[in-house]
Amino acid sequence: MTAHQTIESKAPAAAETSRAMTGAEIVVRGLVDQGVEVLFGYPGGAVLPIYDALFHEPRLQHILVRHEQGATHAAEGYARSSGKPGVVLVTSGPGATNAITGIMDALMDSIPMVVITGQVPTHLIGTDAFQEADTVGMTRSCTKHNYLVKDVRDLPQIIHEAFKIATTGRPGPVLIDIPKDVQFAKGEYYGPHEVQSTHAYAPRIKGDAARIAEAVKLISSARRPIFYTGGGVINAGPKASASLREFQALTGAPVTSTLMGLGAFPAADPAWLGMLGMHGTFEANNAMHDCDVMICVGARFDDRVTGRLDAFSPGSKKIHIDIDASSINKNVRVDLPIVGDAASVLEDLIAAWKTANLQPNKAALSDWWAQIDQWRARQCLNYRASDTVIKPQYAIQRLYELTKDKDVYITTEVGQHQMWAAQFFRFEEPNRWMTSGGLGTMGYGLPAALGVQLAHPDSLVVDIAGEASIQMCIQELSTAIQFDLPVKIFILNNEWMGMVRQWQQLLHGERYSHSYSDSLPDFVKLAEAYGAHGIRCDDPAELDGKILEMINCDKPVIFDCRVEKNENCLPMIPSGKAHNEMIMGEVEDIGNVIGEDGAGLV
Amino acid sequence: MTANVQPAPASAYDLSPSGQAEQTATFALLVDNEPGVLHRVVGLFAARGYNIESLTVAETDRNAHTSRITVVTRGTRHVLDQIEAQLNKVVNVRRVHDVTRDPNGVERELALVKVRGSGVDRVEALRIAEIFRAKPVDTTLESFVFEISGAPSKIDKFLDLMRPLGLVELSRTGVLSIERGVEGM
Repeated sequence: MTAHQTIESKAPAAAETSRAMTGAEIVVRGLVDQGVEVLFGYPGGAVLPIYDALFHEPRLQHILVRHEQGATHAAEGYARSSGKPGVVLVTSGPGATNAITGIMDALMDSIPMVVITGQVPTHLIGTDAFQEADTVGMTRSCTKHNYLVKDVRDLPQIIHEAFKIATTGRPGPVLIDIPKDVQFAKGEYYGPHEVQSTHAYAPRIKGDAARIAEAVKLISSARRPIFYTGGGVINAGPKASASLREFQALTGAPVTSTLMGLGAFPAADPAWLGMLGMHGTFEANNAMHDCDVMICVGARFDDRVTGRLDAFSPGSKKIHIDIDASSINKNVRVDLPIVGDAASVLEDLIAAWKTANLQPNKAALSDWWAQIDQWRARQCLNYRASDTVIKPQYAIQRLYELTKDKDVYITTEVGQHQMWAAQFFRFEEPNRWMTSGGLGTMGYGLPAALGVQLAHPDSLVVDIAGEASIQMCIQELSTAIQFDLPVKIFILNNEWMGMVRQWQQLLHGERYSHSYSDSLPDFVKLAEAYGAHGIRCDDPAELDGKILEMINCDKPVIFDCRVEKNENCLPMIPSGKAHNEMIMGEVEDIGNVIGEDGAGLV
Repeated sequence: MTANVQPAPASAYDLSPSGQAEQTATFALLVDNEPGVLHRVVGLFAARGYNIESLTVAETDRNAHTSRITVVTRGTRHVLDQIEAQLNKVVNVRRVHDVTRDPNGVERELALVKVRGSGVDRVEALRIAEIFRAKPVDTTLESFVFEISGAPSKIDKFLDLMRPLGLVELSRTGVLSIERGVEGM
């Protein structure tokens, strides 16, 4: 750090006044002008000029990851917890291919991200040069947009446009591939307001007024309304969450949310039904099935949410608010589509409701809530408690109870632990919950936690993990140590790829093919080997004390929480079944609930 | 979780075929003339499992850096709407026009057709070509190459008639389209 500062203190004046600079300097200057403070990267031959320019730029903090996949997930965690775009800088060839998983993850979950990749010099493109890969070709289907920069004169415009495309409309990853000779070439820099986009790109923000008026009328006449909200509400910013709460209060309708949307509506609110979908609550899924007006905001009728499509909420009128027109009528036919930004449309719905002086149907709503209370009385998340072994659900509950009064952010890996976290951790605010929803990427949680911690240095950041997932990006613990990011890795260790094991039990005749986590490392020693703190717990009586030890440790922690090995994640909508055909916790013969049709589905 | 991969449907849970009838549609796209744009469009069709029945592309305005792509596809109404929405999402796509649904849409195609034959068949081929206003562009003593343009259905009809008369080779441009009237796309 000190080396940077000494050099910088002599250099800046000339660079500020002159427009002429190298491509690499244009990149760095462009990032600064875009308000970037942190970037996640890994150097290599084809990005060395950019790294050289970074050496002279103290305004950008570069986080050196240990694997490019880690860089992309860290950028996702940073973006999702802060609302700002995540920025990644990696080299050509393997640098770019390693980043692809995280880029696809960001596309699926609509995370704003700008990825800069080095490329072999222009004259070597197409010659199978060392570390050459057709990066733009490979990433066309996993980015919102991408560029190969062939002329340094195009670079300023491309950089600024990339940020615009990544952060507006339905957010997503944008990749800029820059050959090494373009990084060296001299060009002129132009700021964000000096460049003009050549594309017709103009996402629609404002919803159609006539449809909004129609929507409020429909909602006020509803007898059994429900809000089904998703990640789009989070992406639309804190104002969207605030408006959702306000509109819900006007309408009195219950609220459920997708995995990606948790936190947009407070879990403490009596109108909250919990998450819906495959591992959603009994009350949320039944309410979705039986509702007469569904208000879908920023969600996309994903197969994990809908269950069997031809039995999905058969009797309802569906209003779908989404900024992406292609999400509308993709999986489920809706009656009233409104294309627009969730924050803008919710605000307009509130205004339209008030202008028309509408009231909900109070009598019908009271019957609806009575029905919902009956579903709630099933207590679908109940599990058999134990004094001798830690139940994974209990571990999450204790983690929640002991951290809920703190400024806490949660990330997860993918699998059973992720679903238990979604069921048992309760979120009151948006941007507090970072998980890989669409792509379902094991290995997401630890690097994402690093990104969150960078955006919120004084907050408590916990990665709820499984013993299998955590090993997919465990190398980033070294990054945590280097940059003093005291993230807590809370592993629900059941020695199985739990969700795979559960599916094998349910669908494949209890043939547990290659799903046992054999030869596990000693996670306590592993933590110590990295310079982190390790804790192990297998006794429910000691759990609270050890969780507090974890919270109070100022270093990164691996918490090896040994939990019940054969616990299934329930309730569950089995494949090929409808929302009102859930398997509950008390089912005895779980191996026989899914038919042959269902077994063929993912 | 990837247990077994289901072949076609939009969702893994879609057990029943949609029951809607398939239809053909022609989309005209105005796109930025940049490297890779065709790949984006074709890649979208491939990735989402849509059919391409014909495809034409060429630069149409050098100064504005635009090209025009005309793509003929097939699917249920639901799928066609989805294709249109997905195409509109591509950053390089400036406009998408569903020519088939536009009463003012004009569709034309050009084909080069080689017919080999002698005697009565050869005379018959030439007579039919005249009826269809197909132009012979090459002649040998036992073959013709005809140039024919028109609506794709007209070309199909012409080919049906040429087949028994000795059709040996065929080259079609794929469909081009434009809207009648004074307005540009």
